Order: sequence, then C-alpha cells, then structure tokens
Amino acid sequence: MTLKNLMTGTALGLLAAAPAFADKADDTLRLAFTKELESVDTYFNSAREGILFTRGVWDALLFRDPISGEISGNLATEWTWIDDVTVEFKLREGVTFHNGEVFNADDVVYTVNFVTNPDNGIKVMTNVNWMKSAEKVDGNTVRINLNAPFPPAEEYLASVVVMYPDEYYAEVGPTGMNANPVGTGPYKVDMVEAGKLYELSLNENYHDSPKGKGEIGKIEVKTIPDMNTQVAELFNGGLDFLWNVPADQAEKLAEMDDRFDVVNAQAMRIGYITMDAQGAADPDGPMTKKAVRQAIYHAVDRQAIVNALVKGSSEVVNAGCAPIQFGCDLSVTTYDYDPEKAKALLAEAGYPDGFEIDFYAYRDRPYAEAMMGFLNAVGIKTNFNYLQYAALREKRTKDEVAISFQTWGSYSLPDVSAITGEFFTGGDLDDAHDPEIIEWVKEAGSITDRAKREELYSKAHAKIAEEAYWVPLWTYNVNYVLSKELDFTPTDDEVIRFADFAWK
Amino acid sequence: MAVYILKRLGLALLVALTVSFISFSLLFMAGDPAVAIAGENASSEDIALVNERFGFDRPMIVQYGDWLGSALTGDLGRSWYFDMSVTDLIADRLTVTMKLGLFAITLALAVAIPLGVAAAANPNSLIDRFALFLSVVGQAIPSFWFGLILIIVFSINLRLLPASGNETWQHFVLPTIVLGYYATPAIMRLTRAGMMEVLSSDYIRTARAKGLRTRKVMFKHALRNAIIPVVSLAAVQMGFMLGGSIVVETVFALHGAGYLAWESIARNDLPTMQALILIFSTFYILFTFLADVLNAWLDPRLRVG
Repeated sequence: MTLKNLMTGTALGLLAAAPAFADKADDTLRLAFTKELESVDTYFNSAREGILFTRGVWDALLFRDPISGEISGNLATEWTWIDDVTVEFKLREGVTFHNGEVFNADDVVYTVNFVTNPDNGIKVMTNVNWMKSAEKVDGNTVRINLNAPFPPAEEYLASVVVMYPDEYYAEVGPTGMNANPVGTGPYKVDMVEAGKLYELSLNENYHDSPKGKGEIGKIEVKTIPDMNTQVAELFNGGLDFLWNVPADQAEKLAEMDDRFDVVNAQAMRIGYITMDAQGAADPDGPMTKKAVRQAIYHAVDRQAIVNALVKGSSEVVNAGCAPIQFGCDLSVTTYDYDPEKAKALLAEAGYPDGFEIDFYAYRDRPYAEAMMGFLNAVGIKTNFNYLQYAALREKRTKDEVAISFQTWGSYSLPDVSAITGEFFTGGDLDDAHDPEIIEWVKEAGSITDRAKREELYSKAHAKIAEEAYWVPLWTYNVNYVLSKELDFTPTDDEVIRFADFAWK
Repeated sequence: MAVYILKRLGLALLVALTVSFISFSLLFMAGDPAVAIAGENASSEDIALVNERFGFDRPMIVQYGDWLGSALTGDLGRSWYFDMSVTDLIADRLTVTMKLGLFAITLALAVAIPLGVAAAANPNSLIDRFALFLSVVGQAIPSFWFGLILIIVFSINLRLLPASGNETWQHFVLPTIVLGYYATPAIMRLTRAGMMEVLSSDYIRTARAKGLRTRKVMFKHALRNAIIPVVSLAAVQMGFMLGGSIVVETVFALHGAGYLAWESIARNDLPTMQALILIFSTFYILFTFLADVLNAWLDPRLRVG
C-alpha cells in the first residue's frame, strides 16, 4: 500500500459519518470519466471512454448480446454472406438520426467508404481496414465488400463500425461531429464541452433495437481526474455511478453497504509477461533459452498477486487470451508456482547463480514490483524500468527490451484474433517470431470455418505455452460503485451501455 | 532604468526561445509521438499511419522550424489529441488557472506578510510559535491530502462548498486555500527572517531613537527593505502556481492549464504542450521581470546592474 493510498484510506474513513443523498428525482444519471476524452467522433478516438460514448450515441448494423454472445440485427434486419468477402444487409426501415435525417443505404455506403479511406486519417484503422468498400443495392439494401475473408467481421460490425448520417457528416466533417455528435443511438447528445462535460438525453424515437430503449432521461458525464474526488462526489450525491474504482477503495465503499452497491466484473484485458525468445534484444540472452522462460513461469506466484493486489473477480489465466474470447483454449501446458523447480531450470540453462536483467513495465507498478520480488527470490536480479506506454512501446519495436510486463484489452472483441493475431504474427511486438505459430495464427485469421479456426488457435496456444513465450498472468476486473437507487448489471467486456441503466 | 528594462526583455526573449526548443526535443526523446497519439490500443499498422500523417519521420529540427514558423505568426496549431484549435482549447483553461493563481498568491501574501512581520516583531512569543507551527504544517502536508480533507469537511460534511468543477466562485474557494497555503510558509519565513535582520540594523535603532512610532518604523523603514527578497520569491511562486498547480487542479477537477499541460505530456500532444510551455515561460519571465522592476523601484541600488 502506498503512502497515498494509506492517506486516502484515512480520509475515506472520515467519510463514514457523512449522510448520503443521491436521488433520482431529476431523472439524471451522473457519472465521471477520469480521462479527458479526446474527440467524441468515435472514429477519431481509441479510448475506452470513447467506446462507452459510442455505444450510447450511435448504432452498428448488428448487435452482439453481451451475455449470450449471439449476434442479431440492429440497423440491419437481415444479412447474408454472398461469398467469403461480400455481405449483404437489409436495412431497418423507419430509423431516423437524432437530427431527423432518415437512415438508409446511402448512410452505410458513405460511412464505410469514408472510414476505409486512409486519407481521412481515422484513428483506429485496424477497426475498419478489413473492409474494402460498400455499395448500394437499393434504398434499403447495401453490400459491404471485404479485402479478404475476415472471420470476426460480424463482431466488428456489431460494435466498432457504427453508422453516421451521410448528409450531416459530409457537411460538418469530423470537427463538426466532434462538436455536435449525431447518431441513431438510444441517447442523443445535448452538449459537449471538450474533455470536460457531456450531456445526453433519451432518444424518444429510438427504434426497436436489441440494445433496449433506455430508461433514464438524462445522462451527464463529467471528467474528474482524481478517483478520490469522484468518491467525494458520490458521497455528495454529485455522482451516482463510479467505474474502475481501485480495489482498496472499492473494499472500503463495500463496507458501507447501506448506501452503495459495489459490483465487480471481469474485463477482457489480460496481463502477461513477454520475453525476447527470438533474441532480438540480445541474441545469446537468457530469454532465448526455453528453460529460463519456463523458470520465470515457475517463479512467479500469480495466484498470490491476484489474491493480494488484483483482487475482485480476476483469475489466473494459463493461455494468453481472455477466457470469454473465441479460440481461447485454456487446456495448455501449465506451470505451477515452484521456486525450487525454477532454480533447477535456471541451473540447467547454465545460470546456477541466476542473472541480472532489465525488467520493464508501463502500468500497475505494484503488480510489476511483486513479480520482480518473485524473480529476485530465484536469483534473477531485476532492474526496474517503469516507462510511459509510448516510450516502452518504442523501445520494444527497437528490440531493446528482453522482458516486460504488458497488458492487452483486445478492444473488447471476443475473438482471439484481437490478441494472438496481434502479437504472434511476426509483427514488431512479436517476441517469439515462431514460424509455425505465425503460419497457424495467420491462417486462422483469414478463414471463416469456425472449427478449423478453433483448431489452429488451439495449436498456437499450446505451442506458446509449451515454449513459454509468454507468462500469461490474470484477467483484469472492474469495480463499479452504484448509488442504491440505481439498477445496473455489468457485463464481462467492460463496456457500459447507458441504455442498460434504470432507477430501482 | 529604460536600458535596464530593455536588457531584461532581450534576455527574457532568449530564455523563452531556449525553453521552447528544449521542451520540443524532450518530448521527442520521451517516446515516439505517433505511439502516444495512436493510443494504447493501437496496432503497429495504426501507428505507421499516424507517422505518415503527421510527418514524424522528418528530422526533428525541421519539425521544430515548422512549429516556430507558425507560432511566430500567431498560429499555435491544432491539438493532436482533441482535434481542435490550441488557442481555443487553452484560452478557457488558462483563465481558470490564472484565477486560481491570483487568488492563491493574494491569499498567501495576505496571510504570510502580516504574520511574518508580527513574528519578527515578537520573537519567541506565542504568535511567533503559531507562525512557525503554521509553516511547518504547511510544508509537511501534501496538497492532494489537504485538498481531500477540505472536501470532506466543507463539501461532504458541512455541504458548504462544491468538491469539483469550476463554474462558480464557490468552486475556487477550496483550491485557493490549498494552493495559497502551499505558498504561505516560504513567504512567511522569508519575511520573518528579513525583518529580524533589518530590525537589528543600525538605521532602525536610529529611527527608534528619533522617537518614531513603532508602526512607522516597522512598515516604512523595516518592511521596505525586508520585502525585497519576498517580492522575488512571490514572483517565482506565482509562476510556479500557473504552471504547477497540477495536483490542486486534478483533485478539484478544475480543468485548468496546469492539468492540461501535464496530461498533454502523457499524450504527447506536442502542439498543446508547446503552446502551454511558451505561455508559461512567458508568464514566468514576465513575473520575474516585474519583480526585478519592482525591486529596483524599492531599492535604487539595484538599478545599477
């Protein structure tokens, strides 16, 4: 526990005496982001806060039920795969944008063609660049053409690829959309003050969408960077809902159960240690030896770190993916916490007295320090380098990092192509460069046969575990704190859907 | 005096230019700006596209030249993060920070100078002990914690003042107390030390011997000399408050320029960062310059340099 946490704890203790008066009288749900959201135009931000905003304001052609995983139509009512690279949609009729513009095939064609054009410089190109173009068949029928077969296409079409009003967007562009966002979603935007405040109100004309109509009249999202201040505002009644509350604070708030509900849910983000198995940072370095990587795996007591620090509903994972993702085969070689075995493996690899190495991390410092403690205990002396994400990533792409603690949230996409496909296909951040794995994962990412894909990913994960290229650590979790008047059940993908909130 | 002022101004300009160049280079050294812009969830492909779009592959000096060229014509560029004009973005934030800084320094001076003088006039008395206690506590309490305690007392328990935001004057009360208190100890100790020294000097003894009233001796003769270092310190503190009230702005969610600067570093939002650094350093230079001029007015001997 850091000094800051300790002092915050004392401060929170004092709060117990204060009365609470959050109320639903004005039918306004108030919540806060710790982060200043960049552009609210969904195609020009890459933040999780942006995902929340997007799901409330815009709609995609399809919808994925977060609990059953089933895909159904949203802005489209039917869809047919003409072949592996062409999908045809029948659009829902009678849908209007918040500004009154009627939704039709032109909007889909315009949106897809706009975002896939690299000249328009959208921020997360990989969300859309599997699509080649869109074409209108008739007023309510449209076809999307893919560059190549792309198995998780429907997942993307049910989440990140949302539809914009063509006439409005052509007129105002990204800057105008950022200032006055217009979508078809369950909530319309009343006001945006960049990085500070967003006010949404219920879209009374919302179509019969699987997202649900939404019950709460107004939603106010502020940026309050300090979590302690957010907690104070929760006590004040200034906020009704907090998310991403650190474990120690969530525990304290949970003790005051007559006033707040604390709910914990898993996130799709996982943590892992990646090691320079290919020897890019150091061709003869210890990380190139399988026994050393296995020793590291045996040396770290992941369960102990989860119990003591990560807490909540997090669990240790043995494969480098989130268990709810398609293709995440957890029946792979496992390595128990066994420091003696770790020492034996180090000796076998020619390091009976261990070695010294730079250990890198960019977030969750206490977790990283705990891991280093375990490594030191088996004789691996670690020098800690705690860097900004951008700086660490640059160092990794320049092959200067032999071992680092990383995390990945897979853009909340429930398919391992978003993680294994990102890190084991020979790119800059692939520390293994294992030709077999590259081949399997690339193939799995380019075919649509689910059984075959599952088989290929299983083979890849089995080899990743066998070779100990990664030490998969744990799933992350999110603490949500709700006022007693609020009804909300979080899902395991860390996406908060405004339409899911209701007053009790 | 005119030559003195011109020399100072010339020097100030050079300092501003150097600061802007150093900060530009430091940001490049802190990590690939393309990675920061593309965000934590970006793939390598996204990063390559950002690099291409912003031209980060060009030599740094060329990029700096570009920036300086537009800055000199008054165009501070667009924020890479917010996708809006930097001028629009920071105008509003700067107002918040300047309000906070001015309130805080006024509070600090209003508390510290009278208390420092009183402490020096009555060494080892109850008031001196009280002043010492206040300054030790002020130096020891971390701002974020003091801020939280004030929020708990005044905002949650008493419900007198808001905990976060910047909409009304009430929103500034708690942050002003925290930031002002932070600056108080140094000013007070310096006032006290200066006064103690001056009060023991010969000319004060002479003034007293002439039969002048204590108040006149203290404020007209002693304080004018004792306050010279305090003026310089207050100027530095003011500069610091404009650029460095990050903690206070964060705790009270004030959305000021200090917090924006801090966040812009993490986001590698170069245009915003550069504009803020230019403005902060200009303010800093302006305050030190004003302090120099004020001191030269207070003490004619300084004008020679």
